[in-house]
Amino acid sequence: MPFVQFLHKPKNELEKGGRTPKAKVHLAEESEFSKKCPSCGKSTPLSILWDNFNICQCGHHYRLSARQRISLLADGESFSELFRELVGQDVLKFPHYEKKLVSVQKSSGENEAVICGEAMIWKKPCALFIMEPYFMMGSMGTAVGEKITRLFEYATEKNLPVVGYTVSGGARMQEGLLSLMQMAKTSGAVKRHSDNGGLYITMLTDPTTGGVTASFAMEGDIILAEPGATIGFAGARVIEQTVHKKLPKDFQKAEFLLQHGFIDAIVPRRRQRAVIGKLLQMHTGGMKE
Amino acid sequence: MSMTAYDRVRAARSQDRPTGLDYIQNLFDNFIELHGDRYFADDPSIVAGVAMLDDQPVTVIAMEKGHTTKERVFRNFGAPNPEGYRKALRLMKQAEKFSRPVICLVDTAGAFCGIGAEERGQGRAIADNLMEMMTLGTPILTILIGEGGSGGALALGVADEVWMMENAIYSVISPEGCASILWKDADKAADAAECLKLTAEDALQFGIIDRIIAEGDQDFTRTFAQIKQDMLNFLTKHKEMEIEKLKEQRYQRFRKIGTSYLSDAE
Repeated sequence: MPFVQFLHKPKNELEKGGRTPKAKVHLAEESEFSKKCPSCGKSTPLSILWDNFNICQCGHHYRLSARQRISLLADGESFSELFRELVGQDVLKFPHYEKKLVSVQKSSGENEAVICGEAMIWKKPCALFIMEPYFMMGSMGTAVGEKITRLFEYATEKNLPVVGYTVSGGARMQEGLLSLMQMAKTSGAVKRHSDNGGLYITMLTDPTTGGVTASFAMEGDIILAEPGATIGFAGARVIEQTVHKKLPKDFQKAEFLLQHGFIDAIVPRRRQRAVIGKLLQMHTGGMKE
Repeated sequence: MSMTAYDRVRAARSQDRPTGLDYIQNLFDNFIELHGDRYFADDPSIVAGVAMLDDQPVTVIAMEKGHTTKERVFRNFGAPNPEGYRKALRLMKQAEKFSRPVICLVDTAGAFCGIGAEERGQGRAIADNLMEMMTLGTPILTILIGEGGSGGALALGVADEVWMMENAIYSVISPEGCASILWKDADKAADAAECLKLTAEDALQFGIIDRIIAEGDQDFTRTFAQIKQDMLNFLTKHKEMEIEKLKEQRYQRFRKIGTSYLSDAE
């Protein structure tokens, strides 16, 4: 598997923690040999992309599955998954939802749209959640809200910092109000963790929108984002229809949010592990006993 | 004859329906409006201030749609911008400082979808309210009086009790938005409204709200009298409660929503 080779090679001093990738790596376009970049239009062979953290030469960050991100982020085999058993249910008997859940579970290999667990990053322990773009674009239903809430409660109890990667279209329409309420529930858990002195770092990836932006994505002590990620509350098309104006060119991009003061920094993928690791090392105080 | 879900949507959106200011006028005395978020602007789609409920001072925060076209334009059709939510939070913090209960009246199709709203952090403004309301050290009561449109409504909805008017709706997405995603056809909003389970009865059944307030009469005279009495009862029940216990109860109220519907994959 040439595309995971880079994981074995330490890129610098800081990377020599020694990591072995998880066996199960989800690849959306496994059958294709190359990808065409939506930014520059250039086709790049998958193997080369993978040696480059799935980033195009032009700097465009391709989407990554949650497991891929974990293998890039966590020290060695340090990730241990939590709450995997939780899955959403078609409580509302919503059209096509039950079928959709089953088919997405099959295609993504995941039970739900977020993976939670405990891991070491740069030898610092943390609670980790990574949302899954290949599961209904990370949409937040009851199970996602419950998993994230439980993770924050777990982190509060164990005095752990939380690192969270968001990617989401927002609250999951198919679970109606129950999804909406997850925004309040997760926010409550974040607040308790914060009041206990816990550090929470979020990394907003493409796209982070709707009810996730309006809850735990924007509640971090430190909010980071991937270059070029779309981050916003309302969808660009809805805004265009509402205000009947053409939107600014970089509207709702990470760079736009940085300029307007809503994120702390934009961190390219190949530096994320180092930056998060350093931040974890610099936040040793705070936690209440 | 029972009403369909979409009948409720129509009723909730009706221009003749009492708005936030009508509730304020009929339920409270000596309302003094307090303006501005202290950062950017005053948002007319959220009206807030201090008032008396009988002999008790309270902080009132109400979304306001307006009745006439001119009013509705001024109120941005009840769609708040980030500064509206920030004003609400400022006054909630003030209420906490002076031990006044907070009463929120929700009526919005949703938080405003505009360029400026995004530039000034609509998502962040809502998120802040959700977090801060959860641990606010004073009782909070929220009543959905018309439309409860998604996150924009929830931003005033993290309360000790949430009540809904009989013809109010509460939904994660508008029926039109849902229909255009599901069937690529916004005209099927009536079908989508059924699917979304957005009526007061549905919300009660799923444990999202605590009670439904009947709308018995056309001019709301008896309804307002009833609401006022219920509010006084709410205050009596919550005012003496220890603050830590109150916060814990509020957290658990939201913590348990939906958990009984989760299934175990393994």
